[in-house]
Amino acid sequence: MNHTIEAQSITLGYGSKVIIPKMDIVIDKPEIISIIGPNGSGKSTLLKALSRLLIPLSGCVLLDGRDIHTLPPREVAKIMAILPQTVHAPGDMTVYDLVAYGRMPYKKMFEKLDSDDQECMAAALKATGIRQMLHRRLDSLSGGERQRAWLAMALAQEPRLLLLDEPTTYLDIHHQLELMKLVCKLHQDMQITVIMVLHDLNHAARFSQRMIAVKDGLLFADGPVEEVFTVENLRALYGVETTIMTIEQGGSSHLVCFPHDSCLKQKA
Amino acid sequence: MREVAIDPRGTWRTGISITGLVALVAALLWGIRVGAVPFSAYDIWNVFIAPASNEAYQIIYNIRVPRVLVGALTGINLALAGCILQGVLRNPLADPGIIGVSAGAGLAAMSVMILWPGLMALVPAAAFIGALLAAGIVFLLSWDRGIQPLRLILAGVALAAFFGGGMSALMVFHSDKVQGTVNWMAGGFQGRSWNHVQMILPYSLIGVLGAMLSYRYLNALQLGDEVAKGLGIRVEKARFFLVVLAALLAASAVSVAGLLGFVGLIIPHIARMLVGSDFEYLMPCAAVLGATIVVAADTVARTIFSPVEVPVGIFMAFLGAPFFIYLLRKGMQR
Repeated sequence: MNHTIEAQSITLGYGSKVIIPKMDIVIDKPEIISIIGPNGSGKSTLLKALSRLLIPLSGCVLLDGRDIHTLPPREVAKIMAILPQTVHAPGDMTVYDLVAYGRMPYKKMFEKLDSDDQECMAAALKATGIRQMLHRRLDSLSGGERQRAWLAMALAQEPRLLLLDEPTTYLDIHHQLELMKLVCKLHQDMQITVIMVLHDLNHAARFSQRMIAVKDGLLFADGPVEEVFTVENLRALYGVETTIMTIEQGGSSHLVCFPHDSCLKQKA
Repeated sequence: MREVAIDPRGTWRTGISITGLVALVAALLWGIRVGAVPFSAYDIWNVFIAPASNEAYQIIYNIRVPRVLVGALTGINLALAGCILQGVLRNPLADPGIIGVSAGAGLAAMSVMILWPGLMALVPAAAFIGALLAAGIVFLLSWDRGIQPLRLILAGVALAAFFGGGMSALMVFHSDKVQGTVNWMAGGFQGRSWNHVQMILPYSLIGVLGAMLSYRYLNALQLGDEVAKGLGIRVEKARFFLVVLAALLAASAVSVAGLLGFVGLIIPHIARMLVGSDFEYLMPCAAVLGATIVVAADTVARTIFSPVEVPVGIFMAFLGAPFFIYLLRKGMQR
């Protein structure tokens, strides 16, 4: 089943500080969607609202037409999985323990994991390629492996929507690339909608179908990558002159940008 | 996917459980046997099989048994309260003192002992109410759409300082009467009876039941609020109930044992070093360990300088703190 997230004129902020004054977004197709924008533009705040971690000051976020904050939290957790930017877990926790948390939304108070759960966990471990690390402690894993373990936990929830906040932040370029490819594969294999905040524009351009650009708390652009990822938009968003090119790699082509000069923001 | 289900830590955990339970039973029996009048296991057996109103029955049934039981239950409650608070507040320094329980109980008990010495029998009840009142004030101060962990810690510290000032004032203005309060402040089990067992037992049962119901929430909260919410936990609600549970456990413990420090802070750490940070195993381990250590320490404290009894709180601080530092250093090398 296809799930829809809809933000209806949401105002977001912390306390009395408004970050996003008013925004409307509809996400109704199983695509990979990247949220881009400069630091402090409100990207992460937007993702938090979509993932019900932040209650809008006004307006509402609807999941399949119903206010996400009135739905039972466990039911939402069966549809939507979240991976925040910084996560922490006790170092002695094993990969198995972590992935088992992904089954929590499906378990009643005293219910133990059954064979269905084990199968689900095995599938998540296989998809993320960490089956052989099942009984390793988290503090013995590398950054890339640990991120995969967290992703496996999210997948064990059997989500139809996966929300990631800068999933590649602490990884080197090798592991960044591996993770992006993995996310892309998960999307293709399971038809999961992926919504992620990304800093790396080239990753966003290469791996997503839709881009949402946020600037100063406003929706600056929203559409297919080719429409949003333009020299004009990047200049207006970041104040940087770029060259955008198409690159052919292994039978597929994607856009890349090369920033080369910062420019003064032109005021009208 | 059979291989997924087999956990190599299983054997270790079973071993720890059995060792812990054996140690607890041994500590209880030892606590009943030794003292001014030593008894054999046979005497103890007789008291329960063929009760007779002789001296052995009097000492064992009315003095020793309630004393070790109060000790064990106090150990369980403080250890569980410490586990819960360290988990909920995600702070390794959290102990029952941090939610104001010790300060509230201390001030209330001291007021009764100094200002109304005739009402000495009400000290446990006063300590219990004082502890809960203080915890309630700390809750209110830390409330902002749910209990905020950092605010709770700061409010707890502030309240402890305020109530501590109250205790100092009482001591200064009634310095002639301080003598009687010193033992209670240090924590101990001298003269504890079946009444005290009745006082603390319901809360221990609530605590054990609560721990069984809540270990999953504690585990999820360890992953941070955002991940816990993502897994479908109502974080604010879970945190509130857990802190209330910890407050009840700690308040009932201080009401019968006085200000027994150390247990609530350090037992959870030792348990974590033994079985890891999964609350499903951490809480039972801490409970058994807490009970064993309190009973054993109390037995040593009352016999080592016999006939003088050392308050068990002092004894545990002197032995426990260095042992804890040793464990920390050992743990850090890993």
